[in-house]
Amino acid sequence: MIDLVLFAILPYVALAIAIVGLLWRYRTNQFSYSSVSSQFLENRQLFWGSVPWHYGIILILLGHLTGILFPASVMAFNGVPLRLYILEGTGLALGLLVLVGLVLLLLRRGTNPRVRAVTSSMDLVLLLLLLLSIVTGVGTAIFYRWGSGWYVQTATPYLRSLVTFSLKVDYLASLPLLVKVHALNAFVILAVFPFTRLVHMLSVPLAYLWRPYQVVIWRRPRVQQ
Amino acid sequence: MDVRAQLATTFHLDKCIGCHTCSLACNNLWTSRPGTEYMWWNNVETKPGTGYPTLWEDQTKYRGGWELKGNSLRPRFGGRLGMLSNLFFNPYLPTMDDYYEPWTYQYGHLFTAPQGPDQPTAKPVSQVTGKYIDIEAGPNWDDDLGGSSVYARNDINLAQLTEAEQQALFRLEQMVFFYIPRICNHCLNPGCVSVCPSGAIYKRAEDGIVLVSQEKCRGWRFCVSGCPYKKTYYNWQTGKSEKCILCYPRMETGQAPACFHSCVGRIRYAGVLLYDAARIEEIAMTPQSELVAAQRRIILNPADPAVIAAARKNGLDDEWLGAARNSPIYKFVKEWELALPLHAEFRTLPMLFYIPPLLPVAASTKNGNYNLADGEFFGNIENSRIPIKYMASLFSAGNEEIIKSVLRKLWAVRSYQQASRVGNIDQSRAAAQLTEAGCTAEDAEQISRLTALPRVSDRYVLPPYHREEAIEQLTGDTQQHKYQVGFGYSAPPRRGP
Ligand code: HEM
Ligand code: SF4
Repeated sequence: MIDLVLFAILPYVALAIAIVGLLWRYRTNQFSYSSVSSQFLENRQLFWGSVPWHYGIILILLGHLTGILFPASVMAFNGVPLRLYILEGTGLALGLLVLVGLVLLLLRRGTNPRVRAVTSSMDLVLLLLLLLSIVTGVGTAIFYRWGSGWYVQTATPYLRSLVTFSLKVDYLASLPLLVKVHALNAFVILAVFPFTRLVHMLSVPLAYLWRPYQVVIWRRPRVQQ
Repeated sequence: MDVRAQLATTFHLDKCIGCHTCSLACNNLWTSRPGTEYMWWNNVETKPGTGYPTLWEDQTKYRGGWELKGNSLRPRFGGRLGMLSNLFFNPYLPTMDDYYEPWTYQYGHLFTAPQGPDQPTAKPVSQVTGKYIDIEAGPNWDDDLGGSSVYARNDINLAQLTEAEQQALFRLEQMVFFYIPRICNHCLNPGCVSVCPSGAIYKRAEDGIVLVSQEKCRGWRFCVSGCPYKKTYYNWQTGKSEKCILCYPRMETGQAPACFHSCVGRIRYAGVLLYDAARIEEIAMTPQSELVAAQRRIILNPADPAVIAAARKNGLDDEWLGAARNSPIYKFVKEWELALPLHAEFRTLPMLFYIPPLLPVAASTKNGNYNLADGEFFGNIENSRIPIKYMASLFSAGNEEIIKSVLRKLWAVRSYQQASRVGNIDQSRAAAQLTEAGCTAEDAEQISRLTALPRVSDRYVLPPYHREEAIEQLTGDTQQHKYQVGFGYSAPPRRGP
């Protein structure tokens, strides 16, 4: 029963909150969408925190995504032991990098008086949730090795079953506690997503790559003669 | 020809007394909110000096403006992909320490302090952290310190001067400074717009005012680096960038911007320029020494029938065209060629033009004596108190001839007026000076009128905006927003979670 609530109902509730919340926030308060950068207030510590954190987390999330989208390719890739070692090693290294970055970001938020002045309780909640996510993730990588192998055989079918509404909760329910906490925490982060600064990742300005340098806006339509 | 109008401005530096009234008018009106206290959309700097924020002119540090890369023009910040890879951390961002930490005083303590042996004081508290601070810098910390080893010495424009020339500039009897008030230049080829990843900064086509859409801004803060004049500021409270809006709400109701209106020295002029938007990129790519001349070329003659016809096609009405014909900016910049862009080499085509200061009164130091009564108060322009090279570094992208010709003309106009009004200069000599400067007596009359005795309506020639029509087009009903400020807003501008 508890498994059903946590691994079948919670994910859908979280997703629903995320979607409705995002739409609501975007419709009613676009002004609040921002990375709310604090670099202006503190520069050096941010560099050592933000850069490893972001490059690491983006690659890790892409890794998770690859496992879901192309499980067969991942298995084939891991068929050669050396490649498996490299993948596992890279994953762990990225995990540790991200952990270091995140801890530095947390320390900075806590100790720098200027940054503290602009830190909301939501900022701290988010950083702690992310910390839990990274700690459980890195823990899984250390204690339950060859994750890139078993992930595609457990988490992938589970997540796919969520998408197709043909629930296979057992795939997740049978995994170790650490992994379950990792997954649950991810759902919680999904649910709070719209109410935190995480919305900034939806504004990745890729359109900048092809737009003209100058932006000129006519306030009134031009008179055509 | 793609004719557009630009609300352009001119500052006459010989008239600036460095009182900062302009800065305060602006600050009271726009930037006294939390997060914006440190933003001086208008600031007044002492030159030589390092300016605000410190060393803003040094583009090796902040990477603002444009650079020529082979046959193309690109932001000095970098290529597009490279820029996006800096989203998580902007390596060229000035931080609060390059400006200053804003503070206020604990005034309340003056009233509530318990009785004691000493007078109570109002201690400074940071407006960021709310804690007591030791004030270490302020927005005009270099004020009047023309000879300072901290500020003046580190002015990067001095790099053009030889060591001997620099030494001379810092000798006590020679020490000199002038003020340069700065606002956003509302450039034709703005650096801030070009590097904004969100496309939130834009130039209004109707009047050329450059604005940041607060809804679209996502706080990537590239504009702060990308503007070579450091005139976009990051609001550390809301996480959005803000900048000088040329008081468009005032302009739209026929009033000059607050800094103009309040200017004690009456140094400021505002008016319309017509320009050819189709040539912006080509003009911005001109070789450095010809940039100022090229920038004059992009400005069109508002009396030319072909220009008028093309302007009408782009929706400019007769009132705007009339304002363009009476524009004091057109006269200063194009007809008389007296007003120059600041740091044209940043290639943003700034639309704020400065008339460089003549700084004429110089005492003679012959025989080691300091002597003010030594006849000539301005020998020749090569002996001007501020080296021509220094002025050229500021106002003509290094081209000394341009500075010389401006100073020659300013000086000739003065001589002409001295000769005809005071009589202490020979008429024929004044006439010869005018000829040498390429200026007619009629021009000289007009220049000195517009410089020394202009009325408000001469200084600000503002076209009507017909805001009522704009409102009509937006809402269909001119009464809908009666009694509201602007168009109102849907949510209070609060920092996002
Ligand atoms: C996808 C592209 C992303 C971009 C362009 C981006 C950009 C940024 C920027 C500019 C900041 C502000 C840093 C500063 O204070 O100057 C920031 C902060 C932050 N980002 Fe991202 N981000 C991205 C993705 C992510 C992802 C995927 C996560 C996590 C799942 C994330 C989590 C955070 C967090 C927690 C902070 C706050 C750090 C602090 O405490 O100061 N970001 N991001
Ligand atoms: S108000 Fe006018 S005179 Fe005073 S500092 Fe500003 S520009 Fe100069």
